Formats: sequence, structure tokens, C-alpha cells
Amino acid sequence: MYGRLPILKMLAATVAMTAAISAVMLSINWDGQEASTAAPKIDGLLNVMIVLSSLIFSLVVVMLFYALWKFKAKPGDESDGEPIHGNTRLEVAWTMIPTIIVLFCAGYSWKILHDIEKPAKDPMTVDVFSQQYAWSFGYPGKGDVWSQGEMHVPLDRQIQFKMHSQDVIHSFWVPQWRIKKDNVPGITTTAIVTPDKLGTYELICTELCGFGHASMRAKVVVEEPADFRKWVASLEEKVPQPYKESILQDTNTNPLPENEGGA
Amino acid sequence: MVAAIKRPGWIRGALGAVLGAAFGFGLVVALRKASGLPAFQTEQTGYPQVVVPLISGPLGFLLGFGCFDYWLRWAVGMPTIPEDHSQHGAKSWKDYFRFNTDHKVIGIQYICTTFFFFFIGGLMAMLIRAELAQPGTQIVDAGTYNSLFSTHAVLMIFVFVIPVFAGIANYVLPLMIGAPDMAFPRLNALSFWMLPIAGLLFVGSFLAPGGAFDAGWTGYAPLSTGAPLGQSFFNLGVQFAGASSIATALNFLVTIITMRAPGMTFWRMPLLVWANLSTSLLVVAATPFIAGAQFMVLFDRALHTNFFQFAGGGDVISYQHIFWFYSHPAVYIMMLPGFGIISEVISTHSRKPIFGYRLMALALIGIVVLSYSVWAHHMFVAGMFSWLRVPMMITTLLIAVPTGIKIFSWLGTLYFGKIHTYSTSMLFALAFIVTFTIGGISGVMLGMVPFDIHVSDTYFIVAHIHFVLFGGSVFTIFAGIYHWFPKMTGRMYDEKLGRVHFWGTLVGTWGTFIPMHWIGMDGMPRRVADYAAQFGDWNLLISCFAFFLGAVQLVFLYNMVVSWRFGPKAEANPWRAKSIEWLVSSPPPIFNFDEIPRVVGGPYEFGVPGARHAIMAGEGAEVEAPTPSVVGS
Repeated sequence: MYGRLPILKMLAATVAMTAAISAVMLSINWDGQEASTAAPKIDGLLNVMIVLSSLIFSLVVVMLFYALWKFKAKPGDESDGEPIHGNTRLEVAWTMIPTIIVLFCAGYSWKILHDIEKPAKDPMTVDVFSQQYAWSFGYPGKGDVWSQGEMHVPLDRQIQFKMHSQDVIHSFWVPQWRIKKDNVPGITTTAIVTPDKLGTYELICTELCGFGHASMRAKVVVEEPADFRKWVASLEEKVPQPYKESILQDTNTNPLPENEGGA
Repeated sequence: MVAAIKRPGWIRGALGAVLGAAFGFGLVVALRKASGLPAFQTEQTGYPQVVVPLISGPLGFLLGFGCFDYWLRWAVGMPTIPEDHSQHGAKSWKDYFRFNTDHKVIGIQYICTTFFFFFIGGLMAMLIRAELAQPGTQIVDAGTYNSLFSTHAVLMIFVFVIPVFAGIANYVLPLMIGAPDMAFPRLNALSFWMLPIAGLLFVGSFLAPGGAFDAGWTGYAPLSTGAPLGQSFFNLGVQFAGASSIATALNFLVTIITMRAPGMTFWRMPLLVWANLSTSLLVVAATPFIAGAQFMVLFDRALHTNFFQFAGGGDVISYQHIFWFYSHPAVYIMMLPGFGIISEVISTHSRKPIFGYRLMALALIGIVVLSYSVWAHHMFVAGMFSWLRVPMMITTLLIAVPTGIKIFSWLGTLYFGKIHTYSTSMLFALAFIVTFTIGGISGVMLGMVPFDIHVSDTYFIVAHIHFVLFGGSVFTIFAGIYHWFPKMTGRMYDEKLGRVHFWGTLVGTWGTFIPMHWIGMDGMPRRVADYAAQFGDWNLLISCFAFFLGAVQLVFLYNMVVSWRFGPKAEANPWRAKSIEWLVSSPPPIFNFDEIPRVVGGPYEFGVPGARHAIMAGEGAEVEAPTPSVVGS
């Protein structure tokens, strides 16, 4: 009975629509500026998803509108359609093909996740302290100097952010880096970022933390290593004692991926 | 007067509420006095003198209103009052405001109550969009804004989407399976009357010192454990909504399993029945988890139990695990009944059997099973054990498969059918397929950990949730309301106004929620009263579409109210459907059937010569033996 359907034409329409939607959507930079090594990988994943999503969407739309055009009842027609109860081969197809597609998506995502979280040999650690409604930053490798509301990091060096919240949950997000991680009271969480573009960015709190949530922002500066060293040297304050204690009290229940393979 | 106090009803209910609240209040004050504490405690998380009456007052109301009368007499050994069906069915509008055990009355009580809260929640959405129309804060301050979006979400989820499906199913499901009522009519009535209590607690929290709860509908600890008194209103409202939900699900399960008409095998059940069976399986097992989570928060607040206090040895992230172990299945609780409605509407209006009926039913069960194994995809950036992200990602993506089966099977149903689009329900059903596909696609994208890391807690999430819950669930709710409106009211609604409502809702939904994807990916976080100026233009556009979407719902309200009162009389089966509810009058007689119908075939045998789904009383003789078919065998 499916011989009666113009399968090839419908497929052609689906492919054409997929190509048109993908062409438009791929030409737009959805996620904004890329400023870390993770960003192009995540945006690449988005692009693959744009093509796959356009395909699924186009298939549904073509199937729906062809049916509406071809099988719409004429006015006054009170007869029933054909008593087709199903088609096992078709049903197996639309179970198996999506399964393969989503398993591909899962495998591809897993690989990218592995790539963007791979620890480097000589990462720099930055302690991130969050509290209602302010950010501050400690540099444990640089004599524990402390900066409030402004963080500088060197270009092209992997940074491991160790996050410590003093009160409720906050979340660390620099959109241009594409990396986000909650700051959870009582535990230390980790995020890995390798900034690869000079510039000034905004650190945004993305976990609801109270009435000041929308204004809980900090300035992030990515600069040349020499400038960074100068900036760190200019910092006079040390990380306050209560913050140091909060690091020691944290349980490390969110270790780096490579440390938990045998766990 | 004495008689009015002795009789179950509003007067005794009000008295019960006052006495219950006074008892709770007195208990707290007396115990505190006896312990040498000051009578009142007004730390922001405490207020036991308010929290305890918030439990005992509603219970007193339910007791006074008559929800427990029959059981109490039985429990204490008093002679029970013989059932004279005086609490069954509605003769005038007043009967809808009583403790009523008729599933049809309860169904309408549910639907009207939930739509009441839908419009209140919708007004809050309008306020939210008014505030967000421009950067900066103009209309409400940041704290009130947090209360508004929290209450908006909670009303829509707990006292609109979840219970309105229970309401539609309450009305339709017993008719559909040929049962005279639900299995436990008194429990059914109790379930309903707990619902307005939940809604009033949510809305009433605006009166609490410190304002309404403002930690989001997710109520993450420790923000919620330290929040002002309004949070306790939320904790308790969830208990009433949850208990209502669990009792109803239990009722549906027993009804579906034991009360199907003779001949209705599992494979002859309409898909709406399958959908409610699946949903109820989710509700009974998952809902206790959110009830537990909210009790733990309440205990942390009032009794200093330290479940989620890191300084007291508690674990912050465990709240999220317990919460999402309910709240992810909850999104399927809010979707599966809608799937059932869409199957009924599409099959009826394309005059075709459902394509792949058995796979459709199995897909529902597949979703039930998988949905218990995906909860931590809400926590990819939460700092949970990192490796857990990968298995949760795989199960999350796999759940798209049974959902895809449903989409393709609905499309398959249309082919070689005779598609009628005159009814608003079919328009909503067809639009649902496309809109829900978008929500499904963004759901798959969110399931992929690296992309989720970027867009988690941004407007992309807001866009996704509204595409699946508004473009998905609410579209199916509208489809269901329009589809069964003639059956429920005995009147036809105005299709012209229905079409205005449909097209307005479709344009409003896409206009409001599509751009939210874009600003989310571009860096706008969610749950903020103020945002960067670069998103100003998009937000203004979104707000305009949102106001339009809100205004169009008034057309729906007008259509429903006026048609219910003045619409032309509906015949028994205006859509020429096959399932049993259409074989009785509109509205159905008080006990549904003079004699239980006999089911002789599948529910969607359109176009099969001589096929019948059910044979009603008195017409058995002239019907020949049914033609065997693929489905109904």
C-alpha cells in the first residue's frame, strides 16, 4: 500500500527542507563568541545537532503536511479511512533508526565531554569563592593572594577552578567559555577551562541564590602570561581565614574524571 | 443552625477549619510554654504557631466538610449511613460545590478548579513578562520577582497540568471502560478536595511575612531551608497536592485493572486508558519522593534536622537527587495523559485505526520504565559524581525513541484516512505534533552533556520546558477539553471562537518561546529580574507575544462559559467516535449505563466493515458476531 505514496518525492522534500533549515541555522553564531578550547568543540556538537534536528523536524513536517494535503476529507464525506492497523516493518524502522541516531549522539557527546575535561600536565588552580551575592578568587599557587569581584587568568593555560560556596548554591558560568559548574556548600566542585582568546568577559551566577541573583556578576580578564603575573603580583590581600577553613572542610565528592575511573 | 453544623458542608467545614487551626495553634503554644520557651517563635524559617495550624486547619476543613464521615463511622464502630446516593450526581450548580462522589461531577470540579489556578498562574506570567519587557527593574523588585516565577511554576505544575489530566480522566475514563464510577468514589472526592487546599496554600503564601516562597519551584536546599515562612506554605501545599495525586492514581489503577467491562481485554483498551495506567504507575511510585523531599526541607526549617545543612553534616546535593527522582517522572506524569488524548482525537478525526496500537501502548510502558533512570540529567552541572553523567545521558537520549514512536505512529494514523479539521480539538492535536517535536528535539540536545553544560540554567531551559509543557501538555489539554466538552456539558462549543483560540495560541506559543532558545544560548541566564541590555529587544518581542498569548486565553474562557450555558444541545456522538463514552447520552446518565456494555472489539475500528467496539444494553440481539481484526483479537 505504501507503493501508492510518492516516497521518493517526500524524501526529496525532506532532504531539501533539511538543507534549507540547516543552511540558515548553521550560518548563525548561536552561542556567541568562542573564547576557550572547549567552545569550538561544544559549538561543533551543536552544529551536528542542528543538522540532525532539522532532519527529524523536516521529516515530521513533510509527513504531516503531505497527509493533510492528500488525505483531507472532502466536505460532506462521512466515510471512514482505510482500516490499516499498522505495518511491522515500518514500526521496526522507526524504532531502530532513532535508536541508532541517539546512540550516535550519546557516543559523540561522550567523546567531546572526555576531550573538554581532559586534565593538562601543568594546570593552574584558581579557588572560586561564592557567597550571596559576590564572587572572589584565590590563587593558591601564588601565595594565596585574593581578589574580589575580578579574576584574571593567563592565556592558553589550563585552569582548574576549585569552587567553594559559603552559603547557598551558586553556579559559575562564563558563556564565552561554554563552561558552567555549581558551587555547592560543603563540597569542592571542579571545572576545567583553557581560555584561548584575550579579552574581558563576565562571570554570571546561574543558580538562583536569592534576591541579588541577577546582579551576582564578576569581571573575568584573560591576558598574556606576563600581564597576568604583573596583576597577581599587584594583589595585596590574602585569602581570608574563614575561606581557607571552608576549603579544608569541604569533602571532595566531585573529583576530576580521571581520578574516579576505578571508583 | 444546629442542623447546619451537624450536616456535612461548608458551614461545618469552616467550623472544622477554625477548630483545627485553633487546635494546632493551641498545641504549639501549650507545648512551648510547657517547655519553658516563649509562646511564639518568629525566626524566619520557624513560625511553628503558623506551620502547625496550616496542617491541622485543612485537615479540620476536610473533616468538617464531610470527606471522612462514612469512614469514621465505620472505623469507630457506629452504624454506617446506608448509601442513598444523595451525595452522587449533580442536579443543580450547587451540587458542584459539595462533597460529591460522582466521577463526572468530580471531573468537572477538577477541571474548573485547575483552570481557575491556570488563569491565576497565567496572570503571574503576564507580570513576569511585563517586568522582563525591558532591562532593569520597573514593575516588581527582585525579591517579588523570585516569588512570582516560583509561584507561577508551582501553580501550573501542581494545581493545573497534573490535576487537570486527573480531572479529564476522572470524567472520561470510567465511561470509556464501561464502569459505573471509579473504584473508590469517596476516596475520589477526598482527592479532589485536597487540591484547592494545595492551591490556596501556594497563593496564600503571598500573605506570609517575607512574601511568597521564592526559591523556584525546585526549592533547592539550602536556599529553601533558609528562606522566609512562605517556603513552608510550599512544603505543605506539595503534601496536599501530592496526597491528592497519589490517591487518584491508586484509584485509577484499581479502576482500570478491575472495573473494565466484560470483553475489554488490555489490548482493547483505548490509548487514553493505557496512558492513565502508565501515568498512575509513575505517580504512585514517584510522588512519595517529592513529599519526602519537602518534609525533609520543612523539618530542616522547623526542627533543625540538618538533612541538607552542610555545616551539620547534611548533604546538599542529595536534595536534588530525591527531588528529581520525582520531578523527572513528573514531566511524564504531565505528558503521558496528553499522549492518550491526542491518540483519541487523531484517530477519531482521521477516521482511521491508530497506527501500530500495540507498539503505542508498549511505548508508554517503555517511557514509564526509562523515566525512572534519567533524573540526574537535571544535575549535569550540579557537582554530583561526575561519571554518573554518562549513563544518565544515554538513558535520557534513549527515552526519545518511545516518544518518537508515538509521533510517527500518529503521523502514520493520518495516512489513507479521511482527515477532518473542523474541530478545534483536531487542530490542537495536529499542532501538538509539530510543537512537541521541537520540544523533544531541544530535550535531546539538553540530554547531551557538553551542550547542557553551556545552556543549563539559561533561557534555553525556559524555552524547552515551555515547549514541552505549554506547546505539549497544554495543547493536549485544550484538545481534550474541546473533544469532550459536548460529552461533559451536553452542549456544543463555538468552533469559530475555537479556531481563533487555536491560531492565537499557536502563534503566541511560537512567538513567545522560540526566541527564548536564542537568548539562552547567547548567554541570558534564567530566573533573573534584570538582564544585560543586549537582550532587551528580544525580550520586548517575547513579552509582546506573551501578552497576546495571554489575551487569547480569554477567548477560550468566554467560549467555554457561554457555550456551557447557551450552546446548542450536543448529540450523544458528535464526532462519530467508537469508544464507549460516545455510546451514552451527552451528558451521560447519573450511573453511566443502565446495564454494563459488552466489549467486542478494539477501540479504533474505523473502516472495518461491521466492526464494533462495544454493544450497549438492549441491542445485543441484532448485532452479529464481530469481525475479528488485527487489534481486537
